[in-house]
Amino acid sequence: MKLDILKIANKKFKSRLIVGTGKYKNMQECAKAIKISGAEIVTVAVRRVNILDRSKPLLMDYINPKKIMYLPNTAGCFTSNDALRTLRLAREIGGWKIVKLEVLGDKKNLFPDMIETLKSTEVLTKEGFKVMVYCNDDPLMCKRLENSGASAIMPLAAPIGSGLGIQNKTNIKILRHQTKVPLIIDAGIGQASDAVEAMEMGCDAVLINTAIAKAKKPFKMAEAMKYAVISGRKSFLSGRIMPNFQGSPSTTKKGLI
Amino acid sequence: MNKKNKIKIVVNGKFLTVNLKFTLKNLVEKLKTPINKVAIELNEEIVDKKKLNKVFLKNKDKIEIVHFIGGG
Repeated sequence: MKLDILKIANKKFKSRLIVGTGKYKNMQECAKAIKISGAEIVTVAVRRVNILDRSKPLLMDYINPKKIMYLPNTAGCFTSNDALRTLRLAREIGGWKIVKLEVLGDKKNLFPDMIETLKSTEVLTKEGFKVMVYCNDDPLMCKRLENSGASAIMPLAAPIGSGLGIQNKTNIKILRHQTKVPLIIDAGIGQASDAVEAMEMGCDAVLINTAIAKAKKPFKMAEAMKYAVISGRKSFLSGRIMPNFQGSPSTTKKGLI
Repeated sequence: MNKKNKIKIVVNGKFLTVNLKFTLKNLVEKLKTPINKVAIELNEEIVDKKKLNKVFLKNKDKIEIVHFIGGG
């Protein structure tokens, strides 16, 4: 059987589950959940080093960036300039070129500021970054991002961390139809069935943080999400039967006594 | 201690007093910063980590040292 490979910016991945590394109780829990999830890409944030307390554990000591690809993000950035500054710093830490751009516009619902997002995508692409973009589900803006050289389009399915599931199925379907680069659901997943649904709609991957990290049992949920993504993907590739409002017997009438 | 031989710099938002002719290399050594796990900005310009010993700090310089933490 041909291997089903996810290709982002010419890098190949077997897993279609990308996980965030935030909100865990501690680094050990985070590292274990990632291992169980089978994810090959994890998002990470850029923040100041604590210069007063050097005993604080470092993410890199728990998650080896040589084994799992770090995807630096711009979490917490509300302007294009802040996002650009953050990602240039991220690149400087260790040569990261594939990045996640996220320019927020609203402090309450964390919806992206698409004007700033588009501006940043254009600049970053020119600087040689491969930009995976957190965005809203507007097909026109998503097309513009793609035309500006985005390496992946990552629309929200519901607000970040809300766990509401896919609230915008029509738009996601339109995006699936028009998007040539990987289409990744970036926010809103709450449970495994949401991940299945995203994959069955033909999305190339899902990005999950809160749903795993804040589950009562994060390791179990990490495993559930792993299989949900595999299951949804296989279901999508299988060519489902057409829905039918009539019953259709599963057993032949031939030989009926 | 002669104040004339000292300068004040801001590292990650905190004031530090260091000697004149203090380089960025001296600073990361003083802070025991794991250099391969951070990026450094001096007055909002990224500094090449290979050239830290050539960068002499001035009074009121603003330095940011960042690393990766957990995030979604």
